[in-house]
Amino acid sequence: MGLDLTDYLPIVIFFAIALVMGAGFLIAAWVVAPKSPDKEKVSAYECGFNAFDDARMKFDVRFYLVSILFIIFDLEVAFLFPWAITLTDMPTETAQFAFWSMMAFLGVLTVGFIYEWKKGALEWE
Amino acid sequence: MSPDLDYIAWFGIDWPVEVEWALVKTGQILAIMILLLISLAFLLLFDRKVWAAVQLRKGPNVVGPFGLLQSFADFFKFVFKEIVIPAGANKTVFILAPLITFVLAFVAWAAVPWGPGIVIADLNVGILYLFAISSLGVYGIIMGGWASNSKYPFLGGLRSAAQMVSYEVSIGFIIITVLLLVGSLNLTDIVDAQREGIWMWHGFRLFNVQEFPSNLLVGAIMLAMLVMFFVSALAETNRPPFDLPEAESELVAGYQVEYSSTPYLLFMIGEYLNIVLMCAMTTILFLGGWHLPWGPVDHPALGMLVFYVKLWIMFFMFAMVKAIVPRYRYDQLMRLGWKIFLPTSLVAVAAIAYYVTFMQPAAAITAGG
Repeated sequence: MGLDLTDYLPIVIFFAIALVMGAGFLIAAWVVAPKSPDKEKVSAYECGFNAFDDARMKFDVRFYLVSILFIIFDLEVAFLFPWAITLTDMPTETAQFAFWSMMAFLGVLTVGFIYEWKKGALEWE
Repeated sequence: MSPDLDYIAWFGIDWPVEVEWALVKTGQILAIMILLLISLAFLLLFDRKVWAAVQLRKGPNVVGPFGLLQSFADFFKFVFKEIVIPAGANKTVFILAPLITFVLAFVAWAAVPWGPGIVIADLNVGILYLFAISSLGVYGIIMGGWASNSKYPFLGGLRSAAQMVSYEVSIGFIIITVLLLVGSLNLTDIVDAQREGIWMWHGFRLFNVQEFPSNLLVGAIMLAMLVMFFVSALAETNRPPFDLPEAESELVAGYQVEYSSTPYLLFMIGEYLNIVLMCAMTTILFLGGWHLPWGPVDHPALGMLVFYVKLWIMFFMFAMVKAIVPRYRYDQLMRLGWKIFLPTSLVAVAAIAYYVTFMQPAAAITAGG
């Protein structure tokens, strides 16, 4: 059984149509709507005064931490997908072996998760 | 499609069949998109009406009977407004961000089956595709927040990214529990595994008394998964009570602050389409897709109607939550996602896998595909 990519062709067509429609909305407003920018209108929004400094400032390192944790766990989910759908198709002996193998893998990750928790990586105050 | 020699005669010219196929597909895609956009117009109004009713207001009631044409009036208002691009913004990224949100929100619908056989692309990895596309949705938001070069959008974009990413993990684990029971990634197979009736719907396996007592274990877990999926879907789509990226008392409107006119409209359509997509995913994974509670549906049109009604019921739930639940604080949101949902769904995956491996009666195994 080769890889049949024609299943995915409609998605490409869908993508193209959605892109054209979205761009159409943007162009419609560009053509129809008035254009009268002035200095105040195009300045960055703040609560009633001019911006003090650039908006691209330092931000909390926790956001990085969350994305790193996300990568670990999302990869874990990606590993689970093929395992989850084949588990029911296997002979009993193989399925049990597959089950315990995955539990060992999840166990290792759970140890890591507990470590993160104890280290306070999941705390927001 | 094989490189065959079939031709079809239109207007006296011989066209390859591929042209016909492409035209039919394009027609179907346009039909689905128009159906979605028109549904969206009324869902938006419905959202506002429910919100108003809970607060003992009337809601929009001026444009058309009962305000039914309100969304269409809003659309024209958007189109006739000036597109303001802030002077400090990265113009390309600023314009690209709403476009990405809009396109991705639509493209996800290519794999969603509306009824028996009614699907644009019947992918054998359907649920993986939906999972992937909804993960990409975060790009539109963080690009919009960053490109605006303004403080509120920047903070809103960051918050939104962290929030969506956090709940995606538990959504992934919850999807795995369903996949363990079904044994297929194909969305049509997932729906058809629930065809017998409400007791086979993944959210309501408690009613499956034939498998007593194991139905108590599976049923309780899957019901919890349904609730957790719903809550995660609220967080994933930045809906109240998790609308922290646009918490108006703190961040004005979050990543959308600097947007106006149709760029804002694209963001809004994308956001609501994602909500409806989450409704569709809940319906497919847990609520039996296009099947009725008392039996299977095999007629395409009837199936589509049932699916559509279920979408509206799920959207009603979203609207009610928006109307009655107070907003979470950001640390509470992160704690719920990482410290409660993640461990719970992880344990659920282990438990369901144990059930599938050791306890499931051999006859009940439904291998997909």
